Amino acid sequence: MKRKWKFSHLYLFFVFFILYAPIFYLMYYSFNSGGNMREFEGFTLDWYKEVFQDTRLLIIVLNTLIIALLSSVISTIIGVIGALAIVYVKRRRIQNTLLTFNNVLIVSPDVIIGASFLILFTIIGVKLGFISVLLAHIAFSVPIVVIMVLPKLQEMSPTLLDAARDLGASRFEVLSKVVLPFIRPGIFAGFFMALTYSLDDFAVTFFVTGNGFSTLSVEIYSLARRGVSLKINALSTLIFMFTVLIVIGYYFISQRNSNKVKGVATGK
Amino acid sequence: MQTKSRNIYLVPYVLWILLFVVAPIVLVVYYSFFSIDNELTLENYKKFFTPVYLQMTVSSFWYAFLITLFSLVFSYPTAYLLTKLKHKQLWLLLIILPTWINLLLKAYAFLGIFGTYGTVNKFTEFLGLGTHQILFTDFSFVFVSVYIFIPFMILPIFNSLEELNPSLIYASRDLGASSWVTFKRVVFPLTLEGVKSGCQAVFIPALSLFMITRLIAGNRVITLGTAIEQHFLVTQDWGMGATIAVFLIIAMAVMMLITGTGKRGV
Repeated sequence: MKRKWKFSHLYLFFVFFILYAPIFYLMYYSFNSGGNMREFEGFTLDWYKEVFQDTRLLIIVLNTLIIALLSSVISTIIGVIGALAIVYVKRRRIQNTLLTFNNVLIVSPDVIIGASFLILFTIIGVKLGFISVLLAHIAFSVPIVVIMVLPKLQEMSPTLLDAARDLGASRFEVLSKVVLPFIRPGIFAGFFMALTYSLDDFAVTFFVTGNGFSTLSVEIYSLARRGVSLKINALSTLIFMFTVLIVIGYYFISQRNSNKVKGVATGK
Repeated sequence: MQTKSRNIYLVPYVLWILLFVVAPIVLVVYYSFFSIDNELTLENYKKFFTPVYLQMTVSSFWYAFLITLFSLVFSYPTAYLLTKLKHKQLWLLLIILPTWINLLLKAYAFLGIFGTYGTVNKFTEFLGLGTHQILFTDFSFVFVSVYIFIPFMILPIFNSLEELNPSLIYASRDLGASSWVTFKRVVFPLTLEGVKSGCQAVFIPALSLFMITRLIAGNRVITLGTAIEQHFLVTQDWGMGATIAVFLIIAMAVMMLITGTGKRGV
């Protein structure tokens, strides 16, 4: 029994090692004064200095964050509306049709989304740049939000709504005081998924971004295609630190929320 | 009253579907009938059925299959062992954390690790095995892709393992099944849904990994995704790119039908 325990931990250790090794590898060499990822010559912070002095890069980081936040907020709103639309359609067939259309963008390969949006934006005359990237990110985030919110809505017992209506709640009150609070975990999950997808997306953005506009992943791609540059390492270290901070914050918030829920539940 | 509220929610959502789901597909199909000189033609389809493109399609699917298979083999035990841990949600978070790092950065890391003078080669040299060309091979392409997709495979499997009712396992053990038989007959079949969605989450994106082929496989591996990118952004032959996209869409639809009926069956 004890040996088995050890073996399974060894396996997990191996998995975590594989998952994190490349990231720490990048971070390690970001302090290399040698300028390559072969030999560690000496400690330096020059690459970080270079990142912070590169105004263009900082603007790109800002663009990326703005696109991610804006697109996930808007797609969360549309996604919640979409989930409500699907739930309120009582006919099973229409519901399934809507869901199928919803899932098309989730299962589509990125290149197809990118290529087809490129055609779409060119035809309807959207200038490639900020707007086209934002629209594309909203478009591919909406179905993710719908998928995250829908189970919560279906979980909701109809008697809850009936009770609210019986007690005289208007349609808007039912929505804002009963439905939305109930599905809040789904909404948050959807929002964070949308945020993650937007920050991480490269392929779609690569297609619909014009010459003047760039997001971080597009910029990294063009830098990496030119070869190794420790500026990328420094940048990725910063991104990693930032991500870890967000995740820690998110973890504590969700932990506190679940404790609160538990407290309420036991209090009753 | 009720009908009214339905309409209100449907309007923006159906508009979104029409504009961003239906219209793009229609446009891709429409463009596939145009040659590079903007003439209406079936030439692109003829070209697709030449050995060059057919071979590319086959190899593209083969790579995607390999990537899915290796991710599954690696991820299932991981997900299973994770559910046994004490602070499993925290560990799961740590598994998901690397997906928050841009996949291009992770691919870029492998430029250093797999490079001619990189870490792996230094290690093999130290062992007396000499240096090898690792970068720009099929191996590096599959390895890096699997690396990138593992969390997306672990997550759905982990979720379906968590949903599994533990009393089923106790029952199986009580009835005298060994842990292996319990796994084979009870646990694995009941988590098949997670495996399926994991495979879906890996296979389809694996068809479109043009950036990894460009960075890591050095244009040695050409997938359908690479070809579409090439036609749209480099040669500007939108018609041919759209034709390849049409075939990818058909493949996708077939796959959705297969997994869709599976869900209804369960």
